Formats: sequence, structure tokens, C-alpha cells
Amino acid sequence: MNPDNYLYLSAILFTLGALGVLIRRNAIVVFMCIELMLNAANLAFVTFSRMHGALDGQIIAFFTMVVAAAEVVVGLAIIISVFRTRRSASVDDANLLKY
Amino acid sequence: MGNTGHGETFLFWVGSIISILGALGLIFSKKIVHAALCLCTVMLCLAFFYMAQGAVFLGVVQIVVYTGAVMMLFLFVLMLIGIESQDSLVETIRGQRWLAVPFVLAFGFVLIGVYAHANLPEFVGTDAANAKGGGNVQSLALLLFSRYFWAFEVSSAVLITSATGAMVLTHRERTVPRKSQRESSIERFERWGKGEKVSLTGLPNPGVYAQHNAVDTPALLPDGSPSEASVNATLRGRDTVRGFRPLPLPGARRNGAAVASRGDAGNEEVSQ
Repeated sequence: MNPDNYLYLSAILFTLGALGVLIRRNAIVVFMCIELMLNAANLAFVTFSRMHGALDGQIIAFFTMVVAAAEVVVGLAIIISVFRTRRSASVDDANLLKY
Repeated sequence: MGNTGHGETFLFWVGSIISILGALGLIFSKKIVHAALCLCTVMLCLAFFYMAQGAVFLGVVQIVVYTGAVMMLFLFVLMLIGIESQDSLVETIRGQRWLAVPFVLAFGFVLIGVYAHANLPEFVGTDAANAKGGGNVQSLALLLFSRYFWAFEVSSAVLITSATGAMVLTHRERTVPRKSQRESSIERFERWGKGEKVSLTGLPNPGVYAQHNAVDTPALLPDGSPSEASVNATLRGRDTVRGFRPLPLPGARRNGAAVASRGDAGNEEVSQ
């Protein structure tokens, strides 16, 4: 098997994550789809690291994980505080910034 | 292009099928908990891929941080706010969902086409890079604490800021003092006096049986039927109340044949 297939897999997973972000309405599911996209990007980083024989790609993937962990913490806190005021976790209901 | 060994080929095809199925499950499953479990599956598959590609440290971190910590956080938040299990079907932007599918497909084809047409170099493999520091972890540490030192420091600042931010966002100041049991009882009687339908004595406890004593098990009324009020409204809303056969009443057992032949009329008589 050609190791390029890892790149195609990461492209497919990223696309599926983007599809989930666009068609789901529940904020938590949208958030999990974003995590899926980040993971797909990490897979591409690791594959490129193997392609070039350098560990920089793995370091970048490591930092992506750190940022993703921070993002999840803040994002879930925002979802909880939106849920407290609006009693809903749907992304369509949080439209107060429009007005 | 260098080819992988048979073991890795097998791992890739099995893992890629499982991870794509998991991603589809994440998008299309109705219950959010199922979506979270599907995402866990995808992350575990990716961890195996990392390890197969020589990124052993990242594979372990993927399991510990993503599958362990991040998904646990997701499940924790689901437990807090996951009352509504259904997605709303109202579209704020008309036709957005149906439009999203061709656009995303086009995006995916562009992405795959870029990889297919790119002049990708030969795969070198990470063995030499790993051996330089005496192992994957040591080599990563050499890079992390030299070339990427500032990024490392900044990421620690990001983590501290996000932890503080989460605490600030979810903190709620109590603006009115907490009601005591006596005060809430007085309030219940006042509302009852105004003609509202409130239960004066408080709601009944869930049922305790030899087989189940969890909160999703309804208590039985004197006539043997399960009591709706004894189960939390959240569980009733999610429709996860444990169903069970009502126990036969001593009277019903004695003239069971008569009750069965009379059908509903007999049951009503018992309940009255």
C-alpha cells in the first residue's frame, strides 16, 4: 500500500467533518465535527512528517492537540452558558448578536 | 514511492473503513451519545494510525488527551444539557442543508484531487529522525525544548487562559438567597390555595425493587400501575424510563382468570 492513502483518508474525514458542521444543528454535535476535522488535519501532519523524515509535523500535531483541548474547554463552557440563558443547545437559537 | 508492510496495509484498510463509518455515524446518528461514541471510535483508529507511522508518543497522547479527556468532557456536558435529543428541523437559511451536500462533496473532490495531482516526494520514514535522539519521545523533546520552545511556552499560557475562561463563563453568582425547605413548603401551600395543581407533600421517590433501584425505575401506585411523578422529568423527556411488568395484585392473582376474561373492565375495577 502506498502511504499516500493516509492523506486521502484524512481528506475524506475532513470533508465528513465539514459536512457535519453544515447539516447538524445541535451545538455539541457541531463541536464534535470540528474535533473530527482537527483530527483529520493531525493525521495529515503525521503523514507528512513521515514523508519528509522530520519530526516537525508531529510537533505541530502536538500543538494542535493542545489548542484543541483549550478550545473544547472554552467552547463547552460557552455552550453551557448559552444553554442556561436560552434553554437550548441549537446553534440556530443563539441569534441574539444579530440585533 | 515506498510501500508499507503487509501488517500496516491490513491495519490501514480495516482502520480506515471503521473510521469512515464512525465519521458517518457521528454525522447521522440521532442520539448525541451515539455520535460521541462514534467520534471515540474514529479517534482510536487515528491513534493506531499514528503509532503505525512512527509517531508513538502522539498515538498515546491521542488516546489519553482526546479519547480520555476531551470526549469525557463532551459526555459530561451532554449529561448537563442533553435533555433535548432531537435536532430541530427548522432551517434558518432556506435549503441550506441540501445546498451543503454538493458544496462539501465538491470541496472533498478538490482536496482529493490536489493530493492525487501533487508531486509528492518519496516517503522517507521517521526511523532515522527517531533514532537521532534515541527514541520518538526523546527526539520530540529535543525539538520541543529547542526550536519550538516559545510555542511551548505560549501554549501553556493558552491552557491557563482557557481554564480561567471556562471557570468565568460557567460561574454563576447567586443573586437571591437559597430557599429553605420551610419556605418552599409555605410557597407550595400558597400556590395550592390559589387553585394551582401542585403536590403539597413533594413528589414520590423512585421505586426500590429486588432487581432495580435506580432513578429511572418508577414506583408503583397502590393499584399496581407505575407512577409517572416518581421519575425525573428529564428521564421522562428522554423516554429512558425503565419499563417493567406491573406486579400482580394479591386479589388479581386469586381470581386472575376472571380478570383476564373481563379484560380492561376488570383492571379498572381493581384500580378503583
